[in-house]
Amino acid sequence: MKDWRYWLAEQRGTLLAFGIFIVMFTIYTSNHPAGFTANVVQTASNKGVLLAFVAMAQTLVVITAGIDLSVGMIFLLTNCLASWLVIGTGIETAFGVVAVLGTGLLCGAINGAIVIYGRLQPIVTTIATGAVYFGIALLLRPFPGGSVNEDLADALTGRLFGVVPASLVALLAIVLVVWVPFSRSVLGRAAYAAGSSEMAAYMSGVPIRRGKFAAYALAGLLAAIGGLFLTFFTYTGEAAYASGNAYTLFSIAAVVLGGVSLFGGKGSAIGAIFGALAFRTIGDLLFVFDFDPLWQPLFQGVILLIAVSLGAFALFRVRNRLEWFL
Amino acid sequence: MSETTIAGIAGRMPKFIRRADPAVLTAFACIVLLLFVGSLYSRSFLSPEYLLQQLKVASFLGVIATGMMLVILLGQIDLSVPWSVATGAMMACAAAAYGPLGVALAIPFGIFCGVAIGIVNGIGVAYLRIPSMIITLATNAVAQGLMVVYTGGFSPQDSATRAMRYLATGFAIPGVPNAVVIWALIGAAMVFVLTRTGFGRTVYGIGNRERAAYLSGIDTRRVVLIAFAVSGGLSAFGGVLLAGYASKAAQSMGDAYLLPSIAAVVLGGTSILGGRGSYLGTVAGVILITLLQSILSVMQMPEAGRQIIYGVVIVAMLLLYGRAPASR
Repeated sequence: MKDWRYWLAEQRGTLLAFGIFIVMFTIYTSNHPAGFTANVVQTASNKGVLLAFVAMAQTLVVITAGIDLSVGMIFLLTNCLASWLVIGTGIETAFGVVAVLGTGLLCGAINGAIVIYGRLQPIVTTIATGAVYFGIALLLRPFPGGSVNEDLADALTGRLFGVVPASLVALLAIVLVVWVPFSRSVLGRAAYAAGSSEMAAYMSGVPIRRGKFAAYALAGLLAAIGGLFLTFFTYTGEAAYASGNAYTLFSIAAVVLGGVSLFGGKGSAIGAIFGALAFRTIGDLLFVFDFDPLWQPLFQGVILLIAVSLGAFALFRVRNRLEWFL
Repeated sequence: MSETTIAGIAGRMPKFIRRADPAVLTAFACIVLLLFVGSLYSRSFLSPEYLLQQLKVASFLGVIATGMMLVILLGQIDLSVPWSVATGAMMACAAAAYGPLGVALAIPFGIFCGVAIGIVNGIGVAYLRIPSMIITLATNAVAQGLMVVYTGGFSPQDSATRAMRYLATGFAIPGVPNAVVIWALIGAAMVFVLTRTGFGRTVYGIGNRERAAYLSGIDTRRVVLIAFAVSGGLSAFGGVLLAGYASKAAQSMGDAYLLPSIAAVVLGGTSILGGRGSYLGTVAGVILITLLQSILSVMQMPEAGRQIIYGVVIVAMLLLYGRAPASR
């Protein structure tokens, strides 16, 4: 096989997600009353970027064959924290941003430490830590409120040169700063190896523990970046349980749509980003077609159900029935 | 070293203690500790009326946790509990609005809706081989969507039937609330199924190694499907009881039962990886969680503090005895 065919096989999920997104976005803008204008793109990207960050966070953990059901709560917690700290003069704001990101990193590191060194199951651990993070968020913001440095917020949610949405540029920057170095580093390869076959990776002397720990910690950081952007969009902090749960759920949907295998070891955060953007666009399709907004939760649920069921097609390729049981 | 001394001490204990799971013993020890702490706070904490009231509250969680335990024993998990509970409650109340026949069929209809959700879960997990955590999240979202469309985003106006209220709050046996009796009956049935029937042995077998169970000639997929259907039905029945208790259904009534039901099962010593655990442990876990909630509310702890303590207690207790073996 030639090199490009390997590349194609590796990127199939990402390319598929990209294709779905392009098709959906074309349908969306062509039916939108305002059409394909900078304003529409800006609004869509601002909404999509939030989920994209959370989906990237989920990807890192899913690659190690784990799952992080606390990403939505870290997202809420950092949102509430940012509504207190990211305010004031330039230096104060900068300090606030660093503190918020540090908190996210710490939350992720706690998850990682409990799962890897405490040897507990990721599902139960992250449900429990998610409850703790939500509790802290509720302590910080019993009622919605707070404020944020509006200059910074407007700069990051506006448009560059009047055309390009700044949030998309920020997303690209984060991908280049966090995801690209990680996925090419030893730790990133170790995270993939651990998800693919932990036993084989362990036997080969791959630093799986450090790799998985880095994945969990960076997931917390990415969720915090998402929380920071939520604060920039809404100007407030709010500890809404339903919203945190929804982001956790949608992040899993985005990851699946983005071609990341829930069994670990396969997929990329780029795919998950397109999965997130596609998922958001599909959800918004209802609005341009004038459906009752009441139908939106059902519509998103059905999309999620279909997306996760698509993986079942792999069953047709199974030759030995014993491979059903992983 | 310490192992030999523990074994030495254990050897001198009566047989029923030696046979018991250390996790179950720990859970019961924690219950005693909680009762002690609670009695320091309030003198009425140890009164029979208060304890019976706690048992009644615990029975709703107990019914839901019974279904969760069956699924966890298989090595799977059911995250569709919140909206299975709400669907059961809402559909039972909705059926009550359709005349005398609706009133008569309200409870079976509520349970039937839960079973339907469970069957979708079961087909996804057993036949499509989708990870249970994912498919149950998806069906939870679909159930939520259906209920939002049905109710128009508000809590439904229909109220619970008299039978539902009687099951949740009445007294068929003087002094013993009906909810407790129901939990006891369901629990006894579960113990019988798990320990005395082929189905129960199969559940443990699949939880240990599904491949081996399949090679032994068991239709593992059917067993998994049935287990999820039972779990959905019990969640919905829990919802029906809760609706009877509050005399109506509410949008987010099930949210408060996902984490506690998983926690109760896992704190009771059932392995989250499946194949190991006893119903006695789940009973201990349910009572433990209910007492913890009760003490926190007696202490007038705000919601935020409760969530934090909850999470910390679960992680701490799991770190004590729920750890996976080290890889080597």
